[in-house]
Amino acid sequence: MVEATARNARLWRRLIGARIRSDLQYRTSLVMLATGTFLVTTMDFAMIAVIFGRVPSLAGWSLAEVAFLYGTAGIAFGIADLFVGSVDKASERIRTGSFDIILLRPVGTLLQLVTDEFALRRASRPLQPLVVLVIAMMALDVAWTPLRLAMIALMIVGGTVIFSGIWVISAAATFWTVEGREAANAVTYGGGFLTQYPLPVYGEVVRSLAFVVPLAFVNYVPALAVLGKDDTLGIPGPLRYAAPLVAVALTVVATVTWRVAVRHYRSTGS
Amino acid sequence: MRLFWELTRRSFQRWSTYRAAMLGGLVPNVAFGYMRAYILLAVVAQAGPIGGFDEAGVVTYSFYSQALIVPIAIFGGGGPDMGLAERIKTGDVAIDLYRPVDFQLYWLSQDLGRAAFGFLSRGVASFAAGFLAFSLVVPSSLGGIAASALVLVLAVVVSFTWRFIISLTTFWLLDDRGMQTLAGVTAMFFSGFLIPTTFFPGWLQGVAAALPLRAMVQLPVEVFLGLHDARGVAGVVAVQVTWIVVLGLAGRALANLALRKVVVQGG
Repeated sequence: MVEATARNARLWRRLIGARIRSDLQYRTSLVMLATGTFLVTTMDFAMIAVIFGRVPSLAGWSLAEVAFLYGTAGIAFGIADLFVGSVDKASERIRTGSFDIILLRPVGTLLQLVTDEFALRRASRPLQPLVVLVIAMMALDVAWTPLRLAMIALMIVGGTVIFSGIWVISAAATFWTVEGREAANAVTYGGGFLTQYPLPVYGEVVRSLAFVVPLAFVNYVPALAVLGKDDTLGIPGPLRYAAPLVAVALTVVATVTWRVAVRHYRSTGS
Repeated sequence: MRLFWELTRRSFQRWSTYRAAMLGGLVPNVAFGYMRAYILLAVVAQAGPIGGFDEAGVVTYSFYSQALIVPIAIFGGGGPDMGLAERIKTGDVAIDLYRPVDFQLYWLSQDLGRAAFGFLSRGVASFAAGFLAFSLVVPSSLGGIAASALVLVLAVVVSFTWRFIISLTTFWLLDDRGMQTLAGVTAMFFSGFLIPTTFFPGWLQGVAAALPLRAMVQLPVEVFLGLHDARGVAGVVAVQVTWIVVLGLAGRALANLALRKVVVQGG
């Protein structure tokens, strides 16, 4: 087990290195890409800033509190995207039949896919939310005890795992329908957007969905505990600390789903 | 001219074979439509109407702007583009130069066909999905419908002239992803797609007004909501036509430069 993990880690490094070298072939484009990716997240925050130019609070959350949500969601989404984001290329490979190649190699299918398109430009994605999070924490009237800081770290790790699980499950869904990739974006990118705002802002159907696809546990629910906020949705108290369990459960579901999906695979033969 | 419409019609037919993909993209359109509608509703419920956008206005805006994603196609990854950048990358663009039609007009015809199909399929469907939970505003008078339609078509043409220029930079950069991403992000914000430009603070509204991007989302939405009288609509059309002329000519000049100076990638 340990040996296999070490081997996988070595393989991951080599595959990623090859990817980065190929990205560097188009330097101007890479710089623009990195800048663009950085700006994508900046624009999302610009929207929040514009909104708070018009209202003092949103669903009872202040600018600093929403910035806290935005920062934690953005870091988790950015890291998840960096590590497993390219798994959504699976549908493309299924369509063209090149998934066969993946099956022939003596390396795990999921590992190959996540290293297939490791994009250096994506590395810039979590940076901007991190800056926002730090500023938000300074602006918040919360005593940052070691315990609270540990809770934030756990929240981000949990959020990253939840987003990663969602990416993998969405990609697995495309084994049944190739058109699923676009639809899956509703959950992956949609989830990245949804978690930037406090959950009570949304209507009932959207809120319920955030518990089914456990986006609520990425940041809103644990943030209630970290910030000591009163919840308006009637979420049971102990759930505030359940995010790590949710993340573990989702990982199991994602791994099983992926295995079932790969078994379901029938080559297009082209 | 007849040839132009024939090309447009053919492009429409070609795109209409991608029905399933169009519908797949419907899911995120609707999801984002709902999320944005709720967020902006929370804003105007507190602050009152902003720039003429009341509660019904922001909800309609959320779904109408989602319906524009495919036809306008300025967001990079928001849907299929015309495919010019891809052809420059592969070198297939050389074939386009042999066609007995003007290079820019040929691509305009391809894009209009694409946009028309995108709007009539995914656009209309994602707008209609808004009615499941909200009451949306739709133009009721004949004049309002005609004005909205005209401004929508012009918005697509403005966006074409903009994307034509962006795509041409591939001749020099050899890889289009960087430029598309940068242009896409800028467009997303300043077109009024993320949030209406009338919600911006004053100085930022000035920046938006100086760019062609507002003519692709913000202005069409305002006309659709009936925020402009006849004179206002004429003003919107004037802005759009001005940008079409300016960007169209710039694109032509750039195309001529590229086709004369640049070696097409072979292989």
